[in-house]
Amino acid sequence: MIDEMYIRGVEVNYYFVCKTKLWLFSHNVSLEKESDLVKLGKLVHKEFYRKDRKDVRIGPIAIDVVRKGNELEIQEVKKAKSMEKADLFQMLYYLFYLSNLGIPARGRITYPKSREVVNVELDEKRLRDLEEILREIDGLKRGKMPKPVRKKHCRKCAYFEFCFAG
Amino acid sequence: MRKRNFYIVSDGKLRRKENTIYFENAEGKRPIPINSIYSIYALGSLTITSQALNYLAREGICVHFFNRYGYYTGSFYPRESLISGDVVVKQAEHYLDREKRLYLAKAFVEGSIMNMARVLRRNGEDDTGVISALQGLENSESVEEVMGAEATARTEYYSKFDSMLSGMKFEKRSRQPPENEVNAMISFGNSLLYSAVLTEIYHTQLHPAVSYLHEPSERRFSLSLDLAEIFKPLLVDRLVISLVNKKMVGEGDFDEDFKGVLLSEKGRKKFLKAFNERLERTVKHRTLGRNVSYQRLIRLECYKLVKHILGVEKYRPFVMWW
Ligand code: SF4
Repeated sequence: MIDEMYIRGVEVNYYFVCKTKLWLFSHNVSLEKESDLVKLGKLVHKEFYRKDRKDVRIGPIAIDVVRKGNELEIQEVKKAKSMEKADLFQMLYYLFYLSNLGIPARGRITYPKSREVVNVELDEKRLRDLEEILREIDGLKRGKMPKPVRKKHCRKCAYFEFCFAG
Repeated sequence: MRKRNFYIVSDGKLRRKENTIYFENAEGKRPIPINSIYSIYALGSLTITSQALNYLAREGICVHFFNRYGYYTGSFYPRESLISGDVVVKQAEHYLDREKRLYLAKAFVEGSIMNMARVLRRNGEDDTGVISALQGLENSESVEEVMGAEATARTEYYSKFDSMLSGMKFEKRSRQPPENEVNAMISFGNSLLYSAVLTEIYHTQLHPAVSYLHEPSERRFSLSLDLAEIFKPLLVDRLVISLVNKKMVGEGDFDEDFKGVLLSEKGRKKFLKAFNERLERTVKHRTLGRNVSYQRLIRLECYKLVKHILGVEKYRPFVMWW
């Protein structure tokens, strides 16, 4: 079994966004400045949860958690729906992580822009998918850096110059 | 706030107060907001408080020091913040493996030669002599031979300087001390460039002491020497040629003494201004499709090197395309 302690939530997200990005991030080839988009994301985040917000750090994971009765609710705010699957699986990973620790939880992804809320629960099928993805992430991280492939969102990615400056 | 390079030419003191660094001297106190500083070049006699240094370190700002003759003396290179074990290990592997090291050493010299040729052609000079050194480079089987090919190209290159310059003589390259004005400018420009490259390396995962063309034992930050070779023709030589030919330097810009010829304080100020303008000048990048500054081109070169050592894409040196 993969030691999922060493996979960070954002890596699950990057798995869907870009394998190169996943690799670079997990090998600490980060860039000094976060792109403006990342900053914007953080700002949206802050504004939205000014109150009753808890930053929780469990192992390598940092999440916002709100207690709802006996359950925890993990909350994520995302700028746009364009990366829906990535956001979904990132959340599922958090839930999976918590359930492994015996903590019942559910998730909630908010898209303030389109005023949408997506409730997330981890079911059997998703669990199987997630486990498969975690295995693949582990393999990707152990392998060589995947060659960058130009995509639509590359231009907005912090690694753009790194990937495509020849 | 846009970050920029600060050149401190006069004597004084740097201290920190809250989020600002202050430069103070007899003439007054000048605030430099921390998030406007990209790097600092200290050319005057400068006193820095440890609070200021700690703060600069925390913000990842390099400070490069020059003595009163304008010679580079060293850099304050803050504790690295971008560390990747993978990159450092691979960087060393490319040094230890003879073939891999030779590839990179050749690539740096190839870039250097191609850029020298570019400067010549732009100035209407024949570049065949310089270009023919590429053959020797190709056949080189050791780093020493690579160095030899670079020296051959450089001799050819410098032999054309006098016909590219009007109003000042170059004669031959002389370093310590520079024997004339042109050499004084080239020496000063090269040490500024070395510092600028070092700043860029700092902002990547590359280790500044692991180099390929120069021996890592040669200087503390020898990777900076390697990469500077590629950029000298663009960032130093072209600048010097244009300053001379546009008659922007002359009387009063140089001092002559037993140390040879050096830029005077007035001359240094002029040169620094022109050098910085050049770093900030932009060009449309061919693969990125956006404008990048000449300074940024150095960073891109570092990125290319990282990709090469990680085995993603073979390194090809930067060659001016304009
Ligand atoms: S620029 Fe494109 S290829 Fe490179 S990491 Fe970003 S998304 Fe991936």
